[in-house]
Amino acid sequence: MIIAVASGKGGTGKTTVSVNMARVYGSRVQILDCDVEEPNSHLFLKGTLLEREVSSIPVPMVDESRCNACGKCGGFCQYHAIVSLGTTTLVFPELCHGCGGCAKVCPAGAIREEGRRIGVIETLETDNVTLIQGRLDVGVALAPPLIRSVKSRLQGGLPAILDAPPGTSCPVIAAIRGSDLVALVTEPTPFGLHDLKLAVDMVKELGIPFGVVINRVGIGDDRVHMFCGERKIPVLLEIPDDRRIAEAYSRGELVVDALPEYRSRFATLLWNIKEFWSNGRGVNNVRDEN
Amino acid sequence: MSGTKIKELVVVSGKGGTGKTSLTASFAVLAGHAVIADCDVDAADLHLILVPQVRYRHEFKSGHEAVIRVENCLGCGECMKNCRFDAVRTSGDGTGVPVFSIDPVSCEGCGVCVCFCPAHAIDFPERVCGEWMVSETRCGSMVHARLGVAAENSGKLVSTVRREARRIAEEHGNGLIIVDGPPGIGCPVISSVTGASLVLAVTEPTVSGEHDLERLIALTRHFSVPTAVCVNKWDINPGMTEVIERKALEAGARVVGRIRYDSAVTAAQLRELAVVETEAPSAGDIRHVWEKLKGKENC
Amino acid sequence: MKIAFTTSGETLDSPLDGRFGRAQRFLVYDLEKDYYEVVDNRRSVNAAQGAGIQAAETVVRTGVGGIVTGHCGPKAFRALCAAGITIYSCGEPTVASALEAFKAGRLQAMDSADVEGHWV
Repeated sequence: MIIAVASGKGGTGKTTVSVNMARVYGSRVQILDCDVEEPNSHLFLKGTLLEREVSSIPVPMVDESRCNACGKCGGFCQYHAIVSLGTTTLVFPELCHGCGGCAKVCPAGAIREEGRRIGVIETLETDNVTLIQGRLDVGVALAPPLIRSVKSRLQGGLPAILDAPPGTSCPVIAAIRGSDLVALVTEPTPFGLHDLKLAVDMVKELGIPFGVVINRVGIGDDRVHMFCGERKIPVLLEIPDDRRIAEAYSRGELVVDALPEYRSRFATLLWNIKEFWSNGRGVNNVRDEN
Repeated sequence: MSGTKIKELVVVSGKGGTGKTSLTASFAVLAGHAVIADCDVDAADLHLILVPQVRYRHEFKSGHEAVIRVENCLGCGECMKNCRFDAVRTSGDGTGVPVFSIDPVSCEGCGVCVCFCPAHAIDFPERVCGEWMVSETRCGSMVHARLGVAAENSGKLVSTVRREARRIAEEHGNGLIIVDGPPGIGCPVISSVTGASLVLAVTEPTVSGEHDLERLIALTRHFSVPTAVCVNKWDINPGMTEVIERKALEAGARVVGRIRYDSAVTAAQLRELAVVETEAPSAGDIRHVWEKLKGKENC
Repeated sequence: MKIAFTTSGETLDSPLDGRFGRAQRFLVYDLEKDYYEVVDNRRSVNAAQGAGIQAAETVVRTGVGGIVTGHCGPKAFRALCAAGITIYSCGEPTVASALEAFKAGRLQAMDSADVEGHWV
């Protein structure tokens, strides 16, 4: 089973939810950190590095001896990554999406592809958790190719938690598509509600079942709760606004380690998710009674 | 070149949720007559505080998408073989000729399938990805945008918003543009910081904040943009605050102040007010940061 | 020889545009025949990325030997050099004054890009 953890707004607690869920999973679990621009899971799940692999995308290489600067490659490319000017053909690899079209259209067979590094994929292990994370090289613009690479490392047969980047655009889609369920993390504030609505639209577009985790309950109002109620969206977990959580987080500590009383909450979250997924019906909304 | 030199302050964070947008709203109020650009186009929130009155809307088109004309499709599957982005879907009951379609969410608009379809059965229209708006707020003109759900976020919409803000600033004789930037360090952030007068990185005193700030400063250095740093909610972890400020200085950034953790920030948000428009304890910290920014920015 | 000037307008009195890639137009001046034509650069302005490259392609097609602008980014610079076009940096306010400066030999050819690339 693949559980994706996403949110519209950044900073709502995706990573907190992902890593703490992984810690209380009870059996072996893998966590894929797809927030390749700013991967943070490793700061909380400090593991031993098993493998580091350089990730690359195919970009064109022009054989000058065969190229006659006819310009067909440049005419084809949607991204201005290759262009014929005067008597030479130039490649701008940083703009290339790796579609392979220029090599296909070249009438002189002058283009072959070679890998251009975009980042690294690291596999770490700690206790019951295998962490696979992508880290985009600074200055590289495109995240989706690396995100797809991270996902290709998914070990079949092992349950997976996927920490997605914030937002609703193409990197997030690349991360969460194919998941069995999405947990959308939000906060009970106007920004949180606004961005949650965008995230709900996105997940519905992808047709994946989803529920909501409300973090820092108490800092704002109950419009997020009301929204979930109106739309019959299950609230899978509530985390109260607790300064001690913020402080533990700031130190890179797992909430369930620093504050063991929270273990049962994250265990409940997992239980709710499994219930929701196997029964295909909403769970009883979890309300913070304290 | 004609025109006065317009200064552009871009507020970014690397990590999301550090308080960048709340702070930008306060800066807009303190500046009084700046042109405001909300470049956090994927999850724009600034309008929830500044409450813009929209004057103009413009459709935003970027790139293309492939669309198969089912009636001309031979079912040969050539498109699926050629697509590098797993965007070709097939349906059908397993008997007879399969039906192919392109998933618009996965399609990257590269044009390979269009070019190599033996039946020329694939159209390649321009893609409408969202819209951008020019509005008026109590703090001045605002340019903002809405990116369509699951849209490609190449940075072009960010560029469009910035360009429009600059055009308005030139037209009205404004000397300052304040930009609410996106999170991360990818395309959209690159588009928002290149050519800026000053980038303010808002971070938080956590291991995540420290880690992400390092990558963000590496990015702004890569693009030679002057960078200032401010730690928000600093009292959650004073030790970490000091570590971050020291590292920022070592990396060549300037430290422009600290803002305390303040529950009144959400209270202000609920009232659709910037923090500096209330009596919140952190308002004074924000004013102090603003003064330091003004001094350093040649603003 | 023909020289192109980046501009937002359509006459010699129009302002010289400080940018190359996203300039609205190129005013192409024929020094021998003493007349000019204006070439639209909207394709570049609208490009999601690689505006400088697209602009370079547009300029190359006009057959100019040099381009006069305010600043030039690294991709555009590389593209123009590959095509054998000299890039001149100029702070003059209008195309006319830039043309004057060029004729008087006051303009410096750029030997490298002078601004960072944008995705703008």
